[in-house]
Amino acid sequence: MGIKKRQSIRHKILIADDSEMNRTILTDMLDAEYDIIEAENGKQAIEIIESRGAELSLILLDIVMPEIDGFGVLMEMNRNNWMDDIPVIMISSETGAVHIKRAYELGVTDFISRPFDAYIVYRRVNNTILLYAKQKKLMALAAEQAYEKEQQSNLMIDILSHIVEFRNGESSSHVRHVHSLTEQLLKKFVQKTDSYSLTRRDIATISTASALHDIGKIAIPEEVLNKPGRLTAEEFEVMKTHSMIGAKMLEDLPIYQNEPLIKAAYEICRWHHERYDGKGYPDGLRGDEIPISAQIVSIADVYDALTGKRVYKDAIAHDKAIQMIVDGQCGAFNPLIIECLLECGYELERITEDSMQLERQWMQNAAEEIMQHEGLTGSSRTLAVLENERIKQDFYAALTTEIQFEVSLSPLMVTLSPFGAAKLGLPEIIMDPMQDAMLLSLVDQKVLERFADTQKATTPQKPESTFDCQINFGGEKRWFRIYSRAFWSADEPPVYTGAIGKCVDIHDLRTQLKEFERQAESDSMTGLLNHAAAKRRIADRLKEKPEGRYALVIFDLDDFKGVNDNYGHQFGDRVLKYTASQLCGSIRGNDIVARVGGDEFLLFLEYKNDLEPIIKRIFDSLNGNFEHFTVSLSMGVAETDVVGSNYEELFRAADNALYTVKRSGHGRYEFYNKSMYDTLSAISPIEEAAEETGQE
Amino acid sequence: MTLQECYKMMESDYEDVLGRLYKEELVKKFVIKFLSDPSYDNLCKAMEERNRREAFRASHTMKGVCQNLSFTRLYESSKNLTEALREDWGANVNELFEQTSEDYKQTVAAIREFEASEQRDY
Repeated sequence: MGIKKRQSIRHKILIADDSEMNRTILTDMLDAEYDIIEAENGKQAIEIIESRGAELSLILLDIVMPEIDGFGVLMEMNRNNWMDDIPVIMISSETGAVHIKRAYELGVTDFISRPFDAYIVYRRVNNTILLYAKQKKLMALAAEQAYEKEQQSNLMIDILSHIVEFRNGESSSHVRHVHSLTEQLLKKFVQKTDSYSLTRRDIATISTASALHDIGKIAIPEEVLNKPGRLTAEEFEVMKTHSMIGAKMLEDLPIYQNEPLIKAAYEICRWHHERYDGKGYPDGLRGDEIPISAQIVSIADVYDALTGKRVYKDAIAHDKAIQMIVDGQCGAFNPLIIECLLECGYELERITEDSMQLERQWMQNAAEEIMQHEGLTGSSRTLAVLENERIKQDFYAALTTEIQFEVSLSPLMVTLSPFGAAKLGLPEIIMDPMQDAMLLSLVDQKVLERFADTQKATTPQKPESTFDCQINFGGEKRWFRIYSRAFWSADEPPVYTGAIGKCVDIHDLRTQLKEFERQAESDSMTGLLNHAAAKRRIADRLKEKPEGRYALVIFDLDDFKGVNDNYGHQFGDRVLKYTASQLCGSIRGNDIVARVGGDEFLLFLEYKNDLEPIIKRIFDSLNGNFEHFTVSLSMGVAETDVVGSNYEELFRAADNALYTVKRSGHGRYEFYNKSMYDTLSAISPIEEAAEETGQE
Repeated sequence: MTLQECYKMMESDYEDVLGRLYKEELVKKFVIKFLSDPSYDNLCKAMEERNRREAFRASHTMKGVCQNLSFTRLYESSKNLTEALREDWGANVNELFEQTSEDYKQTVAAIREFEASEQRDY
């Protein structure tokens, strides 16, 4: 056995005909390629459609049947909206126009009349199934790509007109020729005049719609349509009805009435046999009463009919055909369009030749296209693409040495990359993470909740977020940064559906940063905060808890200049370090201490009841002997109770109090009161303060 | 007896049927199957019971089968009968029914003969 192109699903066809003979004949024609289900009357047919409708690709339906006839079946199908899903081809020898019209009105796709021709039956069935399959696929693909959709609706029109031509027995290239000629003529035409205001879109629409110009011929009796000789006057009258019938078919479409394509197709169907002098049919319109679309198509139709071979005539050469049109042998046309025709000249001939090749290519493309999409709807194609992505992602995830994860909301679960799971000692899939004991042994529930909050704070426009947290890792709490990207659905409003991300161990980096930060904030000699850092923290503290009672204390060493002068700078530095360590030893952990000048220090503390004993204790602990030197200091204290909780005010008040102490001879502390408001500053200009002014 | 001769005997168009069904084997199969087609019996029964709707349906079915097999002669008579029965009991229904019966018998006789000769050949 050779290699099978594709293990495709066989389409199922329901044949409803009361004659077993007829069913057998049809089955024989089709069962090589299709699975056949038979029904011997309308009632049975309806039962089968009801129970197995989803499997059916096509119904071949006889009209005259016992129990319920073919029309009854169609009406039942319409009532249940089955017509949209299953195409129906009527089989009948009832070729009366009334029957055909009624059947079309009830939504049948095509007719097969007796006697059956095996080839035609096969082709019609095949075409219709492809057409419907195509249509369904188009609907599925529409959401994916507009361009693709357009290409395929052209294809659909081509198939449709191909079916019409198949019945006409015309060369199936006629439609393609008319399409190309129409397009070419229109392009030329808009260069000549802008009085019709045709856009590029219009040109495309009219060209596409031109493919439908002869659909009305489907209703013309076979013997007239394919008569080899000249038509009699009577037959010609029948033939002439095709333009109106085509228009009516389009007019009767239950939907798409406002589509520009349908509007253009209607004009073309109805009026492509009108002539510029009013001698055409069916309405005898003259001049520009005839829509421009129909005017162009009519000349394209005539040209291709002349240059092509027909049952009743041979092909005519390009030059002669043009001459005949110019001479008015095929009726009168808009002189401007004739000009276009002449200007296009041999280009037209090339179009019809090229399109022969195009045609062959097109058939092949169509076949490939259909093979490609066979049994593969838009959504399953999308799934296939997604599956590829998934494989790709899994592959990279297996290689990476990052802790990657994925969160999905329903079901709520976390998936870790293999490496990440191994590194953290967690399973790859964690269901219900908020309750998972293993996960909670690594991460606090509060942390998980805060992470959930940052996720909730993302938006479809800004799905990325970072989140720092501590994770118990290898026996110590380490800092990790979680980079994540949230997924929001395309719904309106969008819904959060999950996220992907990775955890990066930033502990060392963070420790380092903290160290840098600390260094930047502290005074290198004493290790206390510098003025700027102290100011920031105090301001934060005041903002965090404005109702607290605070005191800001500034003190300096009495006659520190003398120490430096008498004992040298090195000794002076040791005195400063000693003071700093004494200070640190006499305060509580939450208090803020800083060196704010050469020998000036700052202390910020919170108290509850009585401030003075605290200040006295600290003051006393700082005064004392360092080696042979007696440390004495002056201190100014400002309370938020008195000054308010503005840092600048507090600092100035403490400074004023210190000045007051210094002015009245050192060695004690003073609380700020309003009388000191106008006093000067005791604080010498210092580097940190200078830095500060830049920020203010 | 060849299939062509059989068609000739029942005044039918062999070329036409072959042109549509393409394979002689297929034509042969259907022609022989025609012997077991119940529409003629249904027609006779309905005529006896004066059931016009059933008679119409039966002759319509027979007409369709004949058309598919290019049984030209029987097709003509069953078509005329079908039309006569379509709306009402046409004036000449009995006459047309007799014509149809006669043609049916001729057709069946030809097929039987063909079938017999086929069996002899094997």
